Order: sequence, then structure tokens, then C-alpha cells
Amino acid sequence: MKTLVLVEHDNTNVHDATLAVVTAASKLGEVHLLVAGHNCGSVAEAAAKIAGVGKVHVADDAAYANGLAENVAPLAAELMGHHDAFLAAATTQGKNVAPRVAAHLDVMQVSEILSVEGPKTFTRPIYAGNAIATVESTDAKLVITVRGTAFEKAATEGGSGTVEAVGGAGDAGISSFVSSEIAKSERPELTSAKIIVSGGRALKDAETFEATITPLADKLGAAIGASRAAVDAGYVPNDYQVGQTGKIVAPEAYFAIGISGAIQHLAGMKDSKVIIAINKDDDAPIFQVADIGLVADLFTAVPELTAAL
Amino acid sequence: MKILVPVKRVIDYNVKPRVKADGTGVDLANVKMSMNPFDEIAVEEAIRLKEKGAATEIVAVSVGPAKAQETLRTALAMGADRAILIETDEEVEPLAVAKILKAIADEEAPGLVILGKQSISDDSNQTGQMLAALMGRPQGTFANTVEVDGDSVIVKREVDGGLQTVKLAMPAIVTTDLRLNEPRYASLPNIMKAKQKPLAVKTAADYGVDLTPRLKTLKVAEPPVRQAGEKVADVAALVEKVKALGIA
Repeated sequence: MKTLVLVEHDNTNVHDATLAVVTAASKLGEVHLLVAGHNCGSVAEAAAKIAGVGKVHVADDAAYANGLAENVAPLAAELMGHHDAFLAAATTQGKNVAPRVAAHLDVMQVSEILSVEGPKTFTRPIYAGNAIATVESTDAKLVITVRGTAFEKAATEGGSGTVEAVGGAGDAGISSFVSSEIAKSERPELTSAKIIVSGGRALKDAETFEATITPLADKLGAAIGASRAAVDAGYVPNDYQVGQTGKIVAPEAYFAIGISGAIQHLAGMKDSKVIIAINKDDDAPIFQVADIGLVADLFTAVPELTAAL
Repeated sequence: MKILVPVKRVIDYNVKPRVKADGTGVDLANVKMSMNPFDEIAVEEAIRLKEKGAATEIVAVSVGPAKAQETLRTALAMGADRAILIETDEEVEPLAVAKILKAIADEEAPGLVILGKQSISDDSNQTGQMLAALMGRPQGTFANTVEVDGDSVIVKREVDGGLQTVKLAMPAIVTTDLRLNEPRYASLPNIMKAKQKPLAVKTAADYGVDLTPRLKTLKVAEPPVRQAGEKVADVAALVEKVKALGIA
């Protein structure tokens, strides 16, 4: 089987999310990559070095600079004439593009796979991870998004892919990029962080969240996350949200501070290696999944913990 | 301008779904069902656009069982003008839903189709994007802000790491994210009024769409259960544990 993996990038570097997708694709067959971007030569070069990669198709055109789905999807669909499976990361970029490719191909997409069980059989979470479905595709071709935390990352060195330029239809002329506001942060990115400190509704407001969570995260060199309740209450931006409707994470250590542990939140972090919970409610569901629990008032416990580490 | 708002009847988000003992799916018998939360946000956004004068009519659509009429009545009570139910007892996959919506959009010619980014049942996150592809129209997925500007719609999108703003030529498809708005509750008088609003019932065959699933569900199982660890007495004990694990 020949697979085509959508490379996620910023026209300079390959995003880590792609590496897990390469691993998933390698379980299906030969791995080819698609780099659609503008002035993205360095991305193509780096992509060709990823372990296990064969051909790297590069479409370099201003129309692909910002990864607009309207322009990228027809390009991918065309390349699928010579491939059997299209795979993308289950990130906002992958989720934006892949279903559009699937519709072009008249294929029902398999979303956010957790494992490859056979050439057309996969497991995927449904109902916010409360159930795991095993599904088999009956379509001639496959379109798949891959949950990054469920697969090992492929090595960024050791591959010797061949780079091949491809042309596409370019600008579909129906959408344009206006601007982006990407938060610049010294912190590790949530989905790739080794340690995450997350806060919940108990943090009261944005100022208290910042004053309580940030020092601990700084001390640990951790990324900062939040529950949906904290996001809804406006303590932190939406992209901090860990949960079924936010980011799915699986760090080495996850600190849940003042998070009760709603199903929705647990779905996003229960694969963390170690879960540490601080909550004043002894019955909070978070303690049912926590490896280490502390029943305490977070406003005294967290500063004490920060000082002691 | 007309706005089409597809809505889905799903298990209420406060209910913990139970996997059926025979592993064929999730038990939906005698379970509270509600409108998919992301679709409520879609209905609300359409109503706000109408209130601002950017839209003239809101048509709610659902593909589902007869009981999905309740979901459509909720949309009508919130402020949609009329509704269409494509009645089926089968589970319909996003691709087939997108094909039905495409056929309805061909008839209704909406300027915008606003729908939830995903349903909290199958968590596919596909229908909006597929509809956009089938219609050959642009998509503004995971919307944080929607602003109609002449023949275009400016959509600020929630993306990994921040926000991205795109300009789309209408007709366009928008999928909603959580922070787009806070949906209103329908008032009692509006719930009463909604009963009088038109609700047409059709079938997929009326639109010539084949509902045969492309994915076979072989098994549905409970996820692996994580065991609870231990509770420690105080911060000092916590610090000791954390250090022993080599985390800090």
C-alpha cells in the first residue's frame, strides 16, 4: 500500500505532529509525504530525512503558503490518484484539510485513529473517549487522521527520501489568508511537553490562574493547560484547553490543579504517564485516575509545592 | 441572505455513555438526548447574524430519527424560522450527511451554512469540511468570530497555538468552536411559538442520497480503565513522591 502523509509545517520546520503520522502510515505500507507550502525548501529537506520516508512530493506555490484547505485539498486529492491512503495529524490543520480530501475522493474518513489493526481496520475514540470503536473501511482508498499521542514519533534522522516537485491547481480563488495571531511563548508546546501543569475553575479568575499556575510551571519547565471550565470562564485562551474538545495530551507528568475531572477533561489527559492531582474535594473524580492525589486548598498547597521543588 | 444550520440529536453531554454489553455500540435507550452543544452555538450564531441584519432567514436541518423533530423544535424555539427533517432510523455517516446537506443547499441557496465542528457522539469532525468540498465552497472551521462583510465572510479560527483569520467568498461554510458565543435559552413563549413554525419531513431518497455506511463497526468497547493511585497527606509527602519519580 502506498500512503501519502500531509506534512505539517510553518514553511521552515516540520511540525512534530507529522512524526507520529509517519509511524502510523508505515504500519500500512510505503510512506510518501506531501509538503504543500511556499519557499518551503528547508521543510522538504528535513522531511526527506525522517526515518522510513520514500518520496517527498513538494508543491511550492504562494497559494499553499498558509495551508488553506480550499487550495491544499484538491492537490492532495490529485496525488491520491497514485496512492492508497491519505494520512494527516489530528491537529487543527489536519482536521481542516483531511475531510475535504475525503469528500473529493468520495471516501468516508476514519478520524483520530488510536491504532492500526489491519490494512483497513483501525480503533478510534467515540463519545469523548468513553468508548473505543474498531472500524473497518470498505472504501477503495483510505483517508485517516491520526491521534499523535497514540503513536511513537518517527526519528527525524536516518531517512533518505527523494524530493520531487509537483504542481497543483494553485489558488482556488475562494478563500484568502488575512492574518494569524500565534502566541509566542518560551514554554514548551502543550501537545509535545514532557510536563504539563493544568488549572481548573477553582482558580477563580485570570489573575489568580496566572499567579498560582505560572510559578509552578516555570519551576518545572512545564507547559500550561486548563480545563474547559477554566477556558469558558475566560481565565486562559482556548488553545490551553485539554480535553476531548481541546487538546489530547500524554506527557510524562500531568499536574491537575483545582480540576474536578469531568469526563470531557479526562478524555484529553488520561494517557499521561503520571497524574498528580491537587483538589480540596476529596470526592473529585480526578482522584480516580490520579497516581498521586493531595486533598488540600490549592491556594496554600501550590505555592508551598512550588517553593519546595 | 439565508443561513442553513444543520443540527444533530445526540446523547446529552452531561450523561456518561455506557457501552452495550454485546459490544455493538453505545446504549441510547432511555438516555437523555439533546442538541449537540456545538450545533447550539451554530444556531445562536445564525440568530445573532439575523439580529444584526446580516441574514433574513434561518433554516434548521437535521438528519435523524423522528425524535430529531424535538431537536429541530429547540432550534425553532431559539429563533430559527423553519426546519427540515430528513428522517431515517439508520446511523448516518458524515459523508452521507454532507451529501444530503449539499442537495438541500442546492435547493435553498444559503449564503452561509453554519454547523458544529463535531458531534459529541461519533466525534468525527468532518461534515462541514466535506460539505464545503462537495459544494466547491470555502470553509471557516473552528470559528471564534464570524463577521459578514459584503459578499465575504471573515472568520477568525481557533488553531493550534493561537488564532488564524481567513476571508471567504460566500456562499461559505462555517464550523463553530466553543468560544464563538454562548447560546441562549429558549423562552417559554418562544417554545410555544416554535410549535407553529413549519417543519418539513423528508427522506434521503427524496434527495437521491445513498445512506449505506462505508465504515463497518466491528466492535465497541470500554476504554482501558486507569487505576487510582494513592493520596498523600501533605505537600511535603507530595514533594517527596514527585522527586522520587524524577519529575523535579
